[in-house]
Amino acid sequence: MSTRVDSTGIKLGMWIFLYSEIILFGGLFVLYAIYFYDYAGYFAEGGKELSRFFGSLNTIVLLISSFTVAASITAIQQGKKKMSIGLLIFSICCGCIFLVNKYFEWGAKFHHDIYPNSERLVNGEPGINIFFGLYYVITGLHGLHVIIGMTLLSISLVLVIRDKITQERFAMLDNSGLYWHLVDLIWIFVFPLFYLVL
Amino acid sequence: MGAHEEHHILSYGKLAAVLAGLLALTLVTIGVSYVDLGFWNVPVALTIASTKVTLVLLFFMHLKYEGKAITWSFIATIFFLAIMITFTFWDVAFR
Repeated sequence: MSTRVDSTGIKLGMWIFLYSEIILFGGLFVLYAIYFYDYAGYFAEGGKELSRFFGSLNTIVLLISSFTVAASITAIQQGKKKMSIGLLIFSICCGCIFLVNKYFEWGAKFHHDIYPNSERLVNGEPGINIFFGLYYVITGLHGLHVIIGMTLLSISLVLVIRDKITQERFAMLDNSGLYWHLVDLIWIFVFPLFYLVL
Repeated sequence: MGAHEEHHILSYGKLAAVLAGLLALTLVTIGVSYVDLGFWNVPVALTIASTKVTLVLLFFMHLKYEGKAITWSFIATIFFLAIMITFTFWDVAFR
């Protein structure tokens, strides 16, 4: 008796899940669009408070990690296990760098009395309050996705080491990669909308 | 799709070229953000972001090499996302 692996089905299932994620973040971006329409000036003012340096650095870190994840899949498809392991470890490290940057970024905001329900935001302009509210919700939810993505990549890493993910069967790594790229996709929109608004 | 479906393997070179394109577009979007284009600020930023996203989707997520089921379901999702965004926006803009 042989078991047949439906790799297209596995992938389609993952994509359907990703569609729900796209709609989830899409809803938040709709909220952003509507409030941006009402408070464009305040959004620009709020955006200037965010660190362009950390924003740009995190964009570059995520783009590079997306590349290394895609390359690790190429490596496993070519049967280069060590190469794949190395690239996955590098990608997970990139995820860590992203989160550490985020920690410093949020920490600096907290220090300047900018956090949900802080005195400065509650007593200040509603536009600024809404901007930072959206900033915390969207980057927070995105950060959560980074953590989940790193977890999936770590599980894939262990499975590659244990030879459970191989040249013939790599659907788990493929799907973890798709999730990681989704995290990257969302950040590509977050970056200009929050850090670079004029 | 038969039992022996071929997996398309992307070469490192091609992936690196995509990464180079993405990093270049990141620099462009940062550069453009220092220039006040008035009304065009947001459309330009979103166009660059959409181009980057398309690159990630087509190559890193190998959407370019997938079958009809994934391609069309993806297009349908983007279609509904567009409806969600534009209809909500119209409601607010022309209220």
